[in-house]
Amino acid sequence: MAELQGQGIRIEGLKKRYGEGDTAVDALKGVDMQVAPGEVVGLIGPSGSGKSTLLKCLGAVIEPTAGRMTLGSDVIYEEGWKISDLRALRRDKIGFVFQAPYLIPFLDVTDNVALLPMLAGRPNGEARQRARELLEALDVAHRARAMPSQLSGGEQQRVAIARALVNRPPVILADEPTAPLDSERALTVIRILEQMARQYETAVIVVTHDEKIIPTFRRIYHIRDGRTHEEAGEGRVLQ
Amino acid sequence: MISLAGRDILHAWGKFVFTGLGLGLLIGVTLTMAGVYRGMVDDAKVLLDNSGADLWVVQQGTLGPYAESSSLYDDTYRGIRAMPGVARAANVTYLTMQVRRGDGDVRAMVVGIVPGGPGEPGQPGYLVAGRQITRGHYEAVADVATGFGLGDTIRIRRNQYTVVGLTRRMVSSGGDPMVFIPLKDAQEAQFLKDNDAIVRSRARTAGNPALNRPGVPGLLDAVIASQSANPYVNAVLVQIEPGYTPEDVAEPIRRWKRLTVYTRVQMEAILIGKLIATSAKQIGMFLVILAIVSAAIVAFIIYTLTLGKIREIAVLKLIGTRNRTIAAMILQQAVGLGLIGFVVGKIAATFWAPFFPKYVLLEPGDALRGFVAVVAICVLASVLAIRAALKVDPAEAIGG
Ligand SMILES: Nc1ncnc2c1ncn2[C@@H]1O[C@H](COP(=O)(O)OP(=O)(O)OP(=O)(O)O)[C@@H](O)[C@H]1O
Ligand SMILES: [Mg+2]
Repeated sequence: MAELQGQGIRIEGLKKRYGEGDTAVDALKGVDMQVAPGEVVGLIGPSGSGKSTLLKCLGAVIEPTAGRMTLGSDVIYEEGWKISDLRALRRDKIGFVFQAPYLIPFLDVTDNVALLPMLAGRPNGEARQRARELLEALDVAHRARAMPSQLSGGEQQRVAIARALVNRPPVILADEPTAPLDSERALTVIRILEQMARQYETAVIVVTHDEKIIPTFRRIYHIRDGRTHEEAGEGRVLQ
Repeated sequence: MISLAGRDILHAWGKFVFTGLGLGLLIGVTLTMAGVYRGMVDDAKVLLDNSGADLWVVQQGTLGPYAESSSLYDDTYRGIRAMPGVARAANVTYLTMQVRRGDGDVRAMVVGIVPGGPGEPGQPGYLVAGRQITRGHYEAVADVATGFGLGDTIRIRRNQYTVVGLTRRMVSSGGDPMVFIPLKDAQEAQFLKDNDAIVRSRARTAGNPALNRPGVPGLLDAVIASQSANPYVNAVLVQIEPGYTPEDVAEPIRRWKRLTVYTRVQMEAILIGKLIATSAKQIGMFLVILAIVSAAIVAFIIYTLTLGKIREIAVLKLIGTRNRTIAAMILQQAVGLGLIGFVVGKIAATFWAPFFPKYVLLEPGDALRGFVAVVAICVLASVLAIRAALKVDPAEAIGG
C-alpha cells in the first residue's frame, strides 16, 4: 500500500444514507480508501454496490452522512462540508472523466479544454496555451480546432481526459471511462491516465466493470454492499 | 472568458436564424399594426390640417361633421362672417360614397366646397397637378389615391365631373381619398334622388289634399320646389383673424348663434378620442395577442434548446460553472433571438408598409418601444428555461 503523508486523497469511515425512515437506503456503510499522488487505483463492485455514490461524494455533488474525507492536507468533509465553495473545489481540485466524454458540443476541442481555466478566471490566451500543451501530451493536438462531433470516440475520450487534467487537480475521478471503447482503445486510455497521473502527481480513481482493464491496476478496491476491501491487482505493465 | 451563448448560437446558427426569421415576421406584423394606428392618427391630423380651418361650426349638440352627422342652413355662414374675429367662413359638405370610375367604383369622401380663390377654408391647400375648382358646377379636384387623372370624368349620382386638379394625402379620417366638387353640386348629390323617386315624391305631394288645394294655385309647385332643393350644409369652416384666440371667437358664436363650435384642439380630441378610439382598441388588442404569441414562441424555443442541453449543463455545473454564467448564457441566447427577430421584423415592416391601402406610419419611437418590448419579452421568456437549467443537478453528469 502506498504511503501517504498528508498527500493524495484519504477517506475514512464514509457513510451515505439516501432518504429517511422506512425507505432509507444505506448506500455506503463505511468506506476506507486512500490514493497517493501519481497512483491509479481501480474501484470495482457489483451493480448497486455504491460505486457511483462514492464518486458523487468524492466529487462533492452529494453530501455524505458521516465519515471524513481529506484532500492533501485539507479536510474536506468531517460531519459536514469543511469547504464553503464546493463549486470552486470541483473546478480546481477534482477532474472528472465520464463513461461518455460529454464534451460541450458548441465549443471546439481547444476551448472545451480551456473552458475550465477560463471559468477559474485565467485569461483566454493562457487557458488555451495550457489546453494546447495537454492536447499535445495526449496526442490530439492535430484536432485542436475540430468540433467534438468531428472526433472519433477515442479522440473524444482523450479530449475529456485533457479537460479533467487542465487545472492540474490533485484528484481525478473516472466513472467507467473505457466502457464504450474497444479493448485496445480502453487500454490506451488507462495508459494515458497512468502516465498523466505520474506526470502531474494526480491521484486517480477509476470506477470500472471492464474486465479488459482490471488487470492493469496495481491496487484495487472492491466495494460490496457499501463497504470497501482493498486488494493488490496484477499491475500489468502497459506499453 | 468566452461567450458560451455566442458559441452556441454560432454552432446552431440555422436553428437560430430560422426561428429568428419566424419571430421577425411576427414582430414585423406587430410594428405594422402600430404603424396602422399611427397612420390613422396622422390621417386625422392631415384631414384637419387640410381643411384650412381654425374653427368648425356644426349643428348644435353634435360631434360633427366627421364623427357625427351635422346639418346647418347654408346661409348660416353669413351671420358667422359678421362675428368679431372671423376672417373667413365657408360652407362645406362631406359625403362618403362609392364614386364610379370606369367600370368599377372607388370609395371616396366627396367634399363640397365653395369655388373661389385659394386660401378659402375647405379648399385643398396644395395641388400636385392642375388647378383649383373655379366654376360653380361639374368640376372636381381628386386625390391621386382615387386613381383619377387630370381630364378624367367622375360620375357622382347623376352628374359627371371633369377632374381639373389632383391632390395628395387628402383623406378622410377613415382613410378614404377625397374628391372635391362645387358646393351646390355636392348639396344636390347629398339630397338628390333618382328620377323615379322624384316622380313618386311629386305624386305623393300632389295626392296630399292639404298641399294640393284647388283654391290656391301655385301652392303645389312651391311645395315641390322647396322639397327638391337642399338648403343644408354639414359645417361652416372658420378662419380667425390674427390677434384672436380660437376660444375668443368660438364663444360668441356658441352664445349668439346657438351653434356648437369646435377648435382645432377639440376637433383633434374628437377624431382621435372618439372616432378612431374603437379601432385603436382593436389594434391594441392585436398588439397584446401578438406580444403574447411572440413571448410564447421565444419561451418555447429557448426552453426546447435548453432541454436539449441538460447533459451539457450538468457537466458545466459539475466542472464548476457558476449558476450565474449558465443563466446568462440562456438569457443572452433569448435576447440574441429577439435581436435577430427585431431586425428581420423592422426590415419586413419597412418593406411591406407602402403596399398597404391605408397609410402606415412607422415611427422611430414605436420601433424603439418595440425593441424594448422585444428584449423584455425575451428576458421573461427565458425565465422558464433558466429555471429548468438551474434545477439540473450536477450529480446527473456522473450518472447512476
Ligand atoms: N438518489 C438515490 N436515492 C435513493 N437511493 C439511491 C439513490 N442513488 C442510489 N441509490 C441506491 O444506493 C445504492 C448504491 O447505488 P449506486 O448508484 O452507488 O450503485 P453503483 O455501484 O453505481 O451501481 P451500478 O454499477 O449499477 O451503477 C443502490 O441500492 C441504489 O438503489
Ligand atoms: Mg453506477
